[in-house]
Amino acid sequence: MKLYCLSGHPTLPCNVLKFKSTTIMLDCGLDMTSTLNFLPLPLVQSPRLSNLPGWSLKDGNAFLDKELKECSGHVFVDSVPEFCLPETELIDLSTVDVILISNYHCMMALPYITEHTGFSGTVYATEPTVQIGRLLMEELVNFIERVPKAQSASLWKNKDIQRLLPSPLKDAVEVSTWRRCYTMQEVNSALSKIQLVGYSQKIELFGAVQVTPLSSGYALGSSNWIIQSHYEKVSYVSGSSLLTTHPQPMDQASLKNSDVLILTGLTQIPTANPDGMVGEFCSNLALTVRNGGNVLVPCYPSGVIYDLLECLYQYIDSAGLSNIPFYFISPVANSSLEFSQIFAEWLCHNKQTKVYLPEPPFPHAELIQTNKLKHYPSLHGDFSSDFRQPCVVFTGHPSLRFGDVVHFMELWGKSSLNTVIFTEPDFSYLEALAPYQPLAMKCIYCPIDTRLNFIQVSKLLKEVQPLHVVCPEQYTQPPPAQSHRMDLMIDCQPPAMSYRRAEVLALPFKRRYEKIEIMPELADALVPMEIKPGISLATVSAVLHTKDNKHILQPPPRPAQPTGGKKRKRATEDIPDCKVLKPLLSGSIPVEQFVQTLEKNYKVTTIKPKAILRTVNKLVNFCFLED
Amino acid sequence: MTEGLPAPSAGLAGARPGPGGTESGGSAPLPLPLPALLAARLWGADALTAGEALGPRARAWRRDARTYPRLAHAPSGISGLTMDPECSQLLPALCAVLADPRQPVADDTCLEKLLDWFKTVTEAGSSLLLLQENPCLVELLCHMLKPQDLSSRVLSFSLRLTGVLAAQEDCFQYLQEDSSLFVASAAGQLLVHILGLSMQGPAGGPPSLQAGDWPACAQKIVGHIEESLRATATPQITQALNVLTTTFGHCHDPWTQVLWVQLSPLVAGLLEKDPIPAAHSLVDLLLSVARSPGLSSSSCGLWETLAQTLSHLSPTQAGPLALGILKLQDCPQALRAQAFAVLLQPLACVLKAMAQDPGPSGVPDGTVGDSMTAGTPLPSKAACVGLLCRSLAHLELLLPLPQRPCPWPQALLLGAAVTLLQLCGGSARPACDMGRHLCTLLLGCVRVQRAALDFLGALSDGTGPRELVTQVFAVLLEYLRSPDSSPTVLKKAFQATFRWLLSSPKTPGCWDLDPHALLFLRDLLPVLQKRLCSPCWEVRDSSLEFLTQMTRHWGGQAGFRHALLASEVPKLTEQLLRDPESYVRASAVTAMGQLSSQGLCVPPASPEHQGGQQKSLLVELLHILSTDSEGFPRRAVMQVFTQWLRDSHADVAGDTEQFVAGVLQVASQDLDWEVRAQGLELALVFLEQTLGQPRSHCPHAVTPPVEAPVGPLAQALQPLCRVRLFDFAFRALFDCDRPVAQKSCDLLLFLRAKTASSSGLQESQSSPDVASVEAALQRWQAGDQAQPLGDLEPEVVLAVLRSLDLEGLRGALAESSDHVEKSPQSLLQDMLATVGVLGENEADCY
Repeated sequence: MKLYCLSGHPTLPCNVLKFKSTTIMLDCGLDMTSTLNFLPLPLVQSPRLSNLPGWSLKDGNAFLDKELKECSGHVFVDSVPEFCLPETELIDLSTVDVILISNYHCMMALPYITEHTGFSGTVYATEPTVQIGRLLMEELVNFIERVPKAQSASLWKNKDIQRLLPSPLKDAVEVSTWRRCYTMQEVNSALSKIQLVGYSQKIELFGAVQVTPLSSGYALGSSNWIIQSHYEKVSYVSGSSLLTTHPQPMDQASLKNSDVLILTGLTQIPTANPDGMVGEFCSNLALTVRNGGNVLVPCYPSGVIYDLLECLYQYIDSAGLSNIPFYFISPVANSSLEFSQIFAEWLCHNKQTKVYLPEPPFPHAELIQTNKLKHYPSLHGDFSSDFRQPCVVFTGHPSLRFGDVVHFMELWGKSSLNTVIFTEPDFSYLEALAPYQPLAMKCIYCPIDTRLNFIQVSKLLKEVQPLHVVCPEQYTQPPPAQSHRMDLMIDCQPPAMSYRRAEVLALPFKRRYEKIEIMPELADALVPMEIKPGISLATVSAVLHTKDNKHILQPPPRPAQPTGGKKRKRATEDIPDCKVLKPLLSGSIPVEQFVQTLEKNYKVTTIKPKAILRTVNKLVNFCFLED
Repeated sequence: MTEGLPAPSAGLAGARPGPGGTESGGSAPLPLPLPALLAARLWGADALTAGEALGPRARAWRRDARTYPRLAHAPSGISGLTMDPECSQLLPALCAVLADPRQPVADDTCLEKLLDWFKTVTEAGSSLLLLQENPCLVELLCHMLKPQDLSSRVLSFSLRLTGVLAAQEDCFQYLQEDSSLFVASAAGQLLVHILGLSMQGPAGGPPSLQAGDWPACAQKIVGHIEESLRATATPQITQALNVLTTTFGHCHDPWTQVLWVQLSPLVAGLLEKDPIPAAHSLVDLLLSVARSPGLSSSSCGLWETLAQTLSHLSPTQAGPLALGILKLQDCPQALRAQAFAVLLQPLACVLKAMAQDPGPSGVPDGTVGDSMTAGTPLPSKAACVGLLCRSLAHLELLLPLPQRPCPWPQALLLGAAVTLLQLCGGSARPACDMGRHLCTLLLGCVRVQRAALDFLGALSDGTGPRELVTQVFAVLLEYLRSPDSSPTVLKKAFQATFRWLLSSPKTPGCWDLDPHALLFLRDLLPVLQKRLCSPCWEVRDSSLEFLTQMTRHWGGQAGFRHALLASEVPKLTEQLLRDPESYVRASAVTAMGQLSSQGLCVPPASPEHQGGQQKSLLVELLHILSTDSEGFPRRAVMQVFTQWLRDSHADVAGDTEQFVAGVLQVASQDLDWEVRAQGLELALVFLEQTLGQPRSHCPHAVTPPVEAPVGPLAQALQPLCRVRLFDFAFRALFDCDRPVAQKSCDLLLFLRAKTASSSGLQESQSSPDVASVEAALQRWQAGDQAQPLGDLEPEVVLAVLRSLDLEGLRGALAESSDHVEKSPQSLLQDMLATVGVLGENEADCY
């Protein structure tokens, strides 16, 4: 059993598990932090951004000045933003049988995998995951395609040149694998390969293993996966949450008794308590608006925004903000707000019951009805006529490199009355802000990450008790900035196995058993002989039939009826009669020695007569076990 | 005169008028609140559900009935005859509440009902079974025997319950077997008394100081105690120790020293056992002996025993003993040092674990032991937290005492408190494994945070090295800033901050904050701004209280004023006058009143929010007083107005009479008695100012006139008549809420005394005006307060004042409400209303 680690990002994993005869990809997250090295794509022509000076080497050599621009002491690539793909060379991706998706954030690299690698398998995901994942992809493609940029910089990626660049460009990794965004056509093609599944649904893969999605409590439709055969169980835990937010609660019980538990997607900000952060968010929002300033919230069009809107729903009246307009601007804003209301079966219990009242599960419906929350596909069009200040704007992209947020940063950045509040934990807010410096607007960082923290993980592991834990290397030591916080790492026994990008792990786990069925008529024909009290044996002569990873012992073919002729007669003599116990090929079984071997190797201490058949099976099975 | 009004007590007791002047008379069982009455009139009484029509008191009762369904219905319902599983489940929690002296216990009625129910249960079945299935009952009964600050009603309840249970023979036997139950305790008490009596001697002569010569009875008792002390069973030892504790607590005759000398080896012998049996009782005994004036501690080896005990007990057990030793008046220095070291030990361990280099500095010798690590390699979180909290609490108790250890290790304690707060907040940087472990244990621990903040606040009375004080302010700011600080922790952080700001060094001759504190203030105000916008109302409330305190102390100082006016705080405070949470509105009213008194108010609300009209704060507060649906903000407004009047606030001084008239008019209509009472307070201030009498210290005290009014009396009384103060005061005299009536009575008595000596005003004793006023007052007393008194002349007022039996009324009011309202129904209502109040208060203590 091997694990190929294609991504080093702990919350945007992409791993391939080889288990029995199957090759299973677990998630395909797309690391978008690479875009922070690029200049923002302004929706409206920005004189500031278009007049930035080109960057030149210390010796004055300016051959890169078309590709790299200098802005407030930082150097940015002036090109269409590019993303860091999972490793594509470590394993032949055309051999991947299935891809299991755990949540919509972890499928953003899907088109790169399914469209350009010869992949011909199936992708499994829940319906909300697919629908919201589609929205995220649509938004991404839209953000990038609507601001066409002719230039594509590649010179700087040359290894010899990259060495000469200032940080962080100098230290950017895997730049050769960075790719431009996919197209909508590729998205559609990729999504067409997805087969929808429901929680606890059992999906057979080639008869060899069974995969099952379980609720992970993190987002609408988010799942953890169980991959199991008859004798082995691997659990894959991706973004999970034990907090009571909008999704269905996490199913922990089904993770019990795993041989291996692959643990990814823990909180990215373990020191920030989501409740405290929501409080910070509300306080700072109110403080700004009361002083007549505007609030900008860079965000994804789905996920935490639902919870934020719910908190604001309860807060705005009490904070006297009823007259302040809330704008949600995204090409998929409308779909996202509406989708959230229709996935009732994927919601937490409280929200599910609302459906029967009937009431919309999320209160943002009421905010929209009362005109407190308005949504627009873009800042062009209706928005410009409705726009009123002071206001609160939710818009993407959280990287601040593309999307409508770029315009608002340019528009509001100069006034200290305004505030930008970062709630998405995926990007370093300081790096995101770098191309907008100097900035007068206030910046508040209150990342809301509801995924498991280390205390919760420690409780979870105690509860489900896996034999082995495998996790990204980042989780096996405290964060570099807080090296004394021994509580900010996974603490389990035996210690967790860690992986990093482009590593292949042999999982510390050997398969020892395989299930073989005996056909009823063959079982009927077996005659156990008691060789000592409590121990019986029977010899089996059978044909092993293997198809679709299922093994069946069938009765050997019946001897053909003699039809006369010498040749035939001779043939019948050669075929042994099943009912007569003939000597085995291996010779006679030395019983004492056999029992001792059983005791030694299989820890069989009391052999019941009925257990003998199974014991024999094990002996026979032994031949088929793979390593 | 006697004809004027019926006897006050009879009048008040007869018909308690319902608000709104209905003719509910004596037949109305419950005075309905005005809205309920109006609704009843509009829609017919049937339109109201029982709960709605009954009013808050009755609703409180209904809530009570819902909470304890079994209790309310047990005697008549079959289901109440047995202990069903639901009740069994609730019982341990209830017993815990009853056993906890800090918990407010529901009134006697509930306890009576509970007892009734137990009676029913025991009559229907076996008491023994009940006790066996509910061990919490036995635990409760045992708990009651411990010397502690129990409420007498819980004690009485427990004793009666014991009686009920012991009425069945098998149950009596069961309780008898129990080691520390009432029999044992009573026996213990009895032994003490017999011992004391027998030692008084038959002829009153002093008993012999030779134990061998003691009366046989005393010898037998002492022998029994000796035997018990040698026993292996802890309960037996506990009993013996308790008997001795009581003995040394009550008897201080010389023979007690003989007794102690005889028994102390046995007591000391207990320390050799592992674990030490009955450690708590042992500590109690030793402290009781040490406090006894009958013993010469030095000559009977007590100090040695105490020292030995301190070193043998676990850190948790030794804490109370150490505190007790340090409170003793005369005690060897070495023992005090040892006791102090016990209290300091947990904190010293924390400092040691966090020290960059080994070897603690500034820690008294012998302090750093292994209390945190003793026994197990690493203690559990609960043990560690418990030990630290207890240690902090003990040290805090010690802090203000004159006999606290000297020199007091202020720097060490400051360092420890700061370190603990850093550990809990996650900002500590431990250098060793022990430190890292401690960090993991304490991270986010609210209990330790609260205890450490309290302690840190208490330490502000002393000084500390500059760098440590800087650290104190840094850690306080960290807590005030942290999004993870819970509301209770934040409140304590605000309190500690205020205390430290108060204690910050002052420039001679200047009351302003020192430069460091001003720098701190610059960091603090943005935090305060954010906290004022918190979604959590408790946080907004604490922030406003903090702001009020700050403004009260430094509102007049330039540095503070400048910083505050440069911030958004005044504006945000003004906005909180409209907060949805009534507590916050009340705090905002108080804060704004304070800010305004100091001239720190910003012009309220920008024009776009207020439709172009700028309202003065006075108008805004009057609006709150007349329209706010909750009592707290209205009470706060009245307090602010009273203070403004007292201080001659600019908004008030312009036209004081109009202000007072307006406020009194609104306050007289208020349904909240505290608002009406506060209205009388304001009236008193106005009265004093008008009559030129310096205010007495006690507002309720009737002070005889010291000097006559400056001007002619009639002229002096005119303003009071113009603001309709008498209308308000007379109305309040017949208020259905006793405190209001009392206050009004005091005010009028004060006025009468004030005017008695003055001459120059001929009161009109039998004018038609007086008669009509008296008739109106009679109607008011009868409950019909619809008709106003109209414009009163000073002469008429004086005549009416003299005709009223104010002393008699005051006497009647001074008696309890039980006396005023004699019906059992009324009694029940009062008691149940108290339950409701208890419940509300509980919820408010965040």
